[in-house]
Amino acid sequence: MADDHDDEGHWFSLPGLLPPIIAAGLFAAFWRALPTVADGGSIRHVTQWVPGMGVDLSFVIDGLSLTFALLITGIGTLVMLYSARYMAGHPQHDRFSLYLTAFMLSMLGVVLADNLIALFVFWELTTITSFLLIGFSHASGTSRRAALQALLVTGAGGLAMLAGVIVIGQVAGTYELSEIRAMGGVLRDSPAYLAIFVLIVLGAFTKSAQLPFHFWLPNAMAAPTPVSAFLHSATMVKGGVYLLARMHPSLAGTDVWLWTLTIFGGVTAVFASVVALRQTDLKQTLAYTTLMALGTLVLFLAAPGGYAITAAVTFLVIHSLYKAALFLMIGCVDHRTGTRDAALLGGLWRKMPLTALAAALAGMSMAGIPPFLGFIGKELLYKGGLESTASVVFVILATLLASALMFAVGAIVALKPFWGRAENLSERNSAKGEAPWQMLVGPLLLGGLGLYFGLFPHWLQDNSITPTVAALLGDPAQAKELHLWAGVNTALYLSGVTFLLGIILYLWHLRLRAGLTRIDDASFSFDRGWDAFLVGITRCAGWLTDRLQTGDLRQYMLVVFGTILAGLLLVIGRTGLNVQIPPLPDLHMKQYFVVILMIAGTGLAVMTRSRIAAIGGLGVVGIGVALIFIIYSAPDVAITQLMVETLVVVLFGVAALRLPVLPSREQEGARWGHAALAIAVGTTVSLILLTVTNGTLDLRLTDYFAAESYPTAFGRNIVNVILVDFRAFDTFGEISVVVVAALSAVALLRQGGKHAKSQSRTEEDRT
Amino acid sequence: MNSVILNAATRILVPLLLVFSLFMTLRGHNDPGGGFIGGLIGSTAFIFYAIAFSTAEARSALRIEPEQLAIIGLGLALLAGLVSIVFNEALFTGQWLFLGASEGEKGLPISSVLLFDIGVYLVVMGGILALVFALEEEV
Repeated sequence: MADDHDDEGHWFSLPGLLPPIIAAGLFAAFWRALPTVADGGSIRHVTQWVPGMGVDLSFVIDGLSLTFALLITGIGTLVMLYSARYMAGHPQHDRFSLYLTAFMLSMLGVVLADNLIALFVFWELTTITSFLLIGFSHASGTSRRAALQALLVTGAGGLAMLAGVIVIGQVAGTYELSEIRAMGGVLRDSPAYLAIFVLIVLGAFTKSAQLPFHFWLPNAMAAPTPVSAFLHSATMVKGGVYLLARMHPSLAGTDVWLWTLTIFGGVTAVFASVVALRQTDLKQTLAYTTLMALGTLVLFLAAPGGYAITAAVTFLVIHSLYKAALFLMIGCVDHRTGTRDAALLGGLWRKMPLTALAAALAGMSMAGIPPFLGFIGKELLYKGGLESTASVVFVILATLLASALMFAVGAIVALKPFWGRAENLSERNSAKGEAPWQMLVGPLLLGGLGLYFGLFPHWLQDNSITPTVAALLGDPAQAKELHLWAGVNTALYLSGVTFLLGIILYLWHLRLRAGLTRIDDASFSFDRGWDAFLVGITRCAGWLTDRLQTGDLRQYMLVVFGTILAGLLLVIGRTGLNVQIPPLPDLHMKQYFVVILMIAGTGLAVMTRSRIAAIGGLGVVGIGVALIFIIYSAPDVAITQLMVETLVVVLFGVAALRLPVLPSREQEGARWGHAALAIAVGTTVSLILLTVTNGTLDLRLTDYFAAESYPTAFGRNIVNVILVDFRAFDTFGEISVVVVAALSAVALLRQGGKHAKSQSRTEEDRT
Repeated sequence: MNSVILNAATRILVPLLLVFSLFMTLRGHNDPGGGFIGGLIGSTAFIFYAIAFSTAEARSALRIEPEQLAIIGLGLALLAGLVSIVFNEALFTGQWLFLGASEGEKGLPISSVLLFDIGVYLVVMGGILALVFALEEEV
């Protein structure tokens, strides 16, 4: 299915041209940092953000972040050039370009941030831009569901990660990653290590779609193809891997790290590559191979050894290159033939020779055939697996199975559509020639790089692999060398077995696919499980709401005051009370009068059978409070109290006209219960107040405001100066609440009021 | 409500209340008062009007939707907070200008704090009126 857009649309437009120019500019800027980083240096830039909380916008360019940054901006440039043509003429092309550029900048923020809080903010920005891009075809229900699913899964992981980040901040006393790394084992030796590990790994595993959180990634293929190429294979999903790599020096080296990453990574890699074989939609196939790659990366980040880490870093680069190329290539095929079905496509090489070339280059790198970079990567993986400290057999078996399946899938994706027989290809789906050049540059260049780096790995080694390994292990000497020919050794034998197994799997893949489909249909599906989970949450919420929101105001009040009472008693139980009845001061006649007035008001409110009278009684109590404020010279508070009291009576009066009459005597028992609760709350609060007045008051703030009010804020009314100047930001928050509350109340009144009622009435009349 | 006494009293009280609310707002920095109290007093003026005549009359007398009033107020308060950015100071730091100030003479103080208080006034008034009008219309 090609996205609905006009082929003849102008790619030469602002939304078409600006993103690739931005991306290319950034790429060039990062390129200039290469010499520094290759020499083992790093570049740091700090802008203060919230210095009071240790949150700064600090960025570091070291080997790891530079490798990621170059991949993001480099692949970004090609993908954006590609989408300039792919999306040309789409009515929302500009929106698409905005989202894609915003994503790229957020992702750069993730990999460059040296402050964990800043990293988290950028992390969530990638989640949000990913949500917008997956749901780009918002008219389609599938897209919307996939977008929401991705948002919820990765968002939940992000929250776990935030919790982990905060625990790290508490343990280490700083959010700066470079400082935490410099402290060595401070996190590993902390009693909170397990909590930190679980929370951070949850964030990483959801983002990088490890089992059992993998299901959102294949669904995310609902996004336009350039998005799948960029976000959901080359960059964003590697965010989790990046996080694990970033935290590697501080968290790795424990048994729980080793085994968790080994098992989850290994299972994900094998599971994904088996399921990849089952898919017929080429994009889905690639989505599952991306899962396999992510699993492999996690698997190799488990171990601390030089080979494993070198293998992980090299594989990361290889995968980004060939996977982006393959996605873009499939976009070309889709664009020209209108289908992505592996069972239909065949013989395209005559019409699309350049696309076929790109596919072959990328596919062979994916299959790990010499002399491509993929071959070097696979050798390294085997060497890393052989030195694994977890379980050599498990790691090697997982890698072998996954690699063999990748070989087969590579052949299905890159060879079959171009060189296979095309007996099923309908006239409608036959290719209409080569895709435009903007769409060919990307796959050709990325595929070609896989070959170039395979033949000449030294540049890559010096500028990317060694600095990155140094960033992870702290020692550039740990980086192993990238060779095409490393002599006859176990890894070479394993490669041979991989090819053999891969060829067998490819030849049998149709039969295997039929079998897998049967198993898959019968077994538990995480995707359907997710739906059941969501339905369960909604039901649970509905049940709880039915219990709590009965619509009876008295019950709400009971719950509110009961909770207040329980909370107060809990506090008292902990701290105890220190009540000393102070000697009664000499009171004026007017003070006794106010007290008597308030008691009378209370009596009226409690005894009366009329709601209006009860409200009036409450008003009297409120005005009594205002009088007390006046007597003890707090005019501002008194005026406010007076005005609020008046307005409350008016509001109540208006609302009372809609309420039913007060219930009759039959609820006498309930009234005694209410009275008991009211007296209990009142007594408790009084006791607490007496305890509080017993202690010494800390008057530092009062003195400060009294002293500073006129000299620095030019006001003599301290209350007002605090409200509008010293604490203006708080006041701003409060008036925002006022606006939101008023708007919500108005909306509720309009919805549940006359209009809604008259509508339902007319409907009743009709029936 | 159709009461001659209330109608007649309202005609006199409403302008008085409005002027009083402005007075309370402006004096607030040095004497009891301020935007919050002013807004409360100002809203009672229109509530009186609504009770005496009708909510529709009160709405047309206000000329602008109370919800909009509240949001404009919030915007003014935010603007007052942002002024300090121009002077490279922390958000919501008060900025003062003393017009015509000379030796021993303070001049006329104009400040972002005053703008903030006017924002509070409008938010309180708009919020309460939105609520009261909506309640009265639903009864």
